[in-house]
Amino acid sequence: MSGLRLAWIKFSRDRLAFTGFLIILCLILTALFAGVLAPYPEDTFKIRPAERLKPPSLKHFLGTDSMGRDIFSRLLFGARITLIISIIAVGASLLIGVPLGLIAGYFENWLSELIMRIADVFLSIPQIILAIFLAQTLGPSIPNVILALSITYWPWFTRIVFAETRVLKNAVFIEATEALGTGPLQTIVLHVLPNVSSPIIVRSSIGMGYTILTAAVLGFLGVGAQPPTPEWGVTIAESRQYLPEAWWYATFPGLAIFLVVLGFNMFGDGLRDILDPRIRRGFE
Amino acid sequence: MDQNLKEALLVVTKLIVQFHTDRGVVKALDGAELRVGKGEVVGLIGESGCGKTTMARSILRVLPSGGRIINGAVFFKGRDLLAMEERDLNTSVRGKMITLIPQDPFNSFNPVFSVGTQIKDILKWKGEAKANRGIDETIIWDMLGQVQIPSPEGQLKKYPYQFSGGQRQRLMIAMALLPSPDLVIADEPTTALDVTVEAQILRLMTGLVRGREISVLFITHDLGVASEVCERIVVMYAGQDMEDGPAEILFSDPRHPYTIELLESLPNPEGKIRDIPGEVPSLIHPPEGCRFHPRCPSARGSCSRQRPERVEVALGHWTRCFHPVR
Amino acid sequence: MEEPILEVRELSKYFRGSVSFLSKKVRWIRAVDGVSFQVQKGETFGLVGESGCGKSTLGKTILGIYRPTEGSVIFKGRMISHLPRKEAKEVRKDIQYVYQDPGASLDPYWKVGSTLSEPLAIHTSLPKESIRNQVLKMLDDVGLKEEHLSLYPHEFSGGQQRRLGLARILCLNPSLVILDEPTSGLDVSVQATILKLFKELKNSFDLTYIFISHNLSVVRMMCDRMAVMYAGKIVEMGETQAIFNDPIHPYTKVLLAAIPQVGKKLNREEDLSLSGEPPNPENFPLGCRFWPRCHYKMDICESVEPVLAAGTDGGWVACHLIGQR
Repeated sequence: MSGLRLAWIKFSRDRLAFTGFLIILCLILTALFAGVLAPYPEDTFKIRPAERLKPPSLKHFLGTDSMGRDIFSRLLFGARITLIISIIAVGASLLIGVPLGLIAGYFENWLSELIMRIADVFLSIPQIILAIFLAQTLGPSIPNVILALSITYWPWFTRIVFAETRVLKNAVFIEATEALGTGPLQTIVLHVLPNVSSPIIVRSSIGMGYTILTAAVLGFLGVGAQPPTPEWGVTIAESRQYLPEAWWYATFPGLAIFLVVLGFNMFGDGLRDILDPRIRRGFE
Repeated sequence: MDQNLKEALLVVTKLIVQFHTDRGVVKALDGAELRVGKGEVVGLIGESGCGKTTMARSILRVLPSGGRIINGAVFFKGRDLLAMEERDLNTSVRGKMITLIPQDPFNSFNPVFSVGTQIKDILKWKGEAKANRGIDETIIWDMLGQVQIPSPEGQLKKYPYQFSGGQRQRLMIAMALLPSPDLVIADEPTTALDVTVEAQILRLMTGLVRGREISVLFITHDLGVASEVCERIVVMYAGQDMEDGPAEILFSDPRHPYTIELLESLPNPEGKIRDIPGEVPSLIHPPEGCRFHPRCPSARGSCSRQRPERVEVALGHWTRCFHPVR
Repeated sequence: MEEPILEVRELSKYFRGSVSFLSKKVRWIRAVDGVSFQVQKGETFGLVGESGCGKSTLGKTILGIYRPTEGSVIFKGRMISHLPRKEAKEVRKDIQYVYQDPGASLDPYWKVGSTLSEPLAIHTSLPKESIRNQVLKMLDDVGLKEEHLSLYPHEFSGGQQRRLGLARILCLNPSLVILDEPTSGLDVSVQATILKLFKELKNSFDLTYIFISHNLSVVRMMCDRMAVMYAGKIVEMGETQAIFNDPIHPYTKVLLAAIPQVGKKLNREEDLSLSGEPPNPENFPLGCRFWPRCHYKMDICESVEPVLAAGTDGGWVACHLIGQR
């Protein structure tokens, strides 16, 4: 039985992780096919004043908002925005954070110290505050949200990769390949990196959850995405003045955020279980 | 029964143990049999996968998850341990009548507690006292002295990391002997030690055990050690017991083809190296009949269909083979 | 006499140990301390001793993983111990090291085929096809098959992993191979197979071995000459058979007497048993490092370190007793 198949079997037995996986799958499919799935795709820009603040019904599954737009359709498009923001933000953090962590971990010189102290500085500031500050300074827009999130998240990758690399540095197979004459760059990229990939993957998944939440917070506070963008946080912000009568206006976007973050966290946890034992120690 | 059950302290009969793993069912023990007499030192030898550790664990019923005892009986002082209630087993047998010296002295202690606390814990659980304070330390000091730990009084406060491997193993022996057990199972007790330390420990163990009429089931893969220390030897291969006899005779006049091959593959000064052709079989799909038959030079006929019964080839010397040598 | 393929002169390797809190003085761990010996081409030279004696560190220092603190390593007439990086890489091709834990020396993420091709990819500019062919040939030489190339290290048994370790280094056609505990953890029958393989490979590839092991029966069978180490120093050295037949140094005597053997019953003579523990490497006793445990200790042993001196019949011993003979 191949390792991959065995890993899949083990993974599917973990109900939480599998549920998380399904949620993420739904999110991706929703984002991809929002245009097809949404009953009112034009509601991302069109307004219908006549249908303002209607509760959930057959016509509008999740009700309408203050402009009469179908909340369900806007949520679906919001998924697309959410996914794009978090993928790019986590991706950027990865691209900055992982190489820095590798360098800091493998070498033991002034450069490692410098990198880690800078990372410490970023980590010592509460992330949401830093994100808000950056987003406000740079100006509210989606690209700036992505930038702010990347800047706050990269140190997490660096710290994990640094710790793992330091340990791995002394592993016998690293010593063996160095003894064969492999240079530092090759060793880091070809040998260290694959072996630290599991914590990176796990942290990426959890990072997705974090960035989605923070992006929504920024949107809610008005320093991120701006109306009329159907971003989930923005929608909740809009809903504030109409609560508690128009309960559906805030509940459904809130529920969406909750489910998605939960999904990524559960998935990340499950990944941690199957990735580590399989790859580090082999079976048995 | 071909041996007087009254004299035997431990009798394992027809023990079948399996492990359920992701890759399939591992048939670790296939109807294995074993006898240890009172005050006898019996060596259980064999290569990896032969089932010796599984045997030890099954006797104490401490198999890892996935392990199941399918069949068989373990008679200890006349009672079947496999049929016993877990609670009874824990209070009266484990750590009291049967104790274990584990393989790895470096990892057998809890690093955050002092050695004294851990030793006293054992005595407390066994009902020797209600609390650690009630335990008479002089008993422990006496035992430490017997295992040749110098100045025992001051040692109890120390932590495991302050002792060397050899010293930790002595402590383990002390802990195994303190409850005055009837049987000590020593699972590769000297494998992790240097050869000069090993010599000291083996000498110590045999000395202590002889004085007290304690039986020992000595598990090892080192035939030299087994030869030096054990009165009787049981040879195992791939979950089956193959030969059982007095140490001197088994090593000088082996009857089972596997034992012969094993002895011949030992390093010898002349420099000629002989190995056993083939590989140890998978225990998930083991061979039918005698599990050694695919590699056995004498295999023929029923060897591949039927498992041989125990046959007494000489007084006190049994083998499971349809075609024992000579 | 032909020039030796390897010569080690007064080689020492110290590591930083604990630093005393008050005086800030660093204590050094003297893992290898003033070791000298020669290895002839084509022989199997054994380095024997118990844990902590420094044999593994010595092997790694010879190879170049550690830089020597003092002394020098001369390989094929050339001093290799303090070479700059680029030239060291060239030398690394010719001396290879087989690790004690074979599974640990293989990258768990890489397929075994890639791991085996790596040395060739680094040191030569051969095209992929040629590298693959070389690797296949090497697999065959060590008794493995082509289908093993696409498996991962954890899918192999201990004996197979050892073969893989061997195949990897043989690809580079080294002259000297340092084997670090090559049979530890192996079953007796597997051990026999591996040792057979070592002998065959030595003949086909014209290799010289440095055989580091604490298993004396194996050393007796495999090594032409050997050196016994204790606390970072060589205490006795010479032809293997001669040493086994008539060990001179007190430590060697005890070591050989302690070997468990089939057919031997526990030696009742306390005379030959060893008590105590090996010394703390940060704090070696003055004089001979073995004197606290030596049955033959004399006064001079406590203050003067014995020098490795040539005895009769080509052997070397570091012991004050020899002066008395």
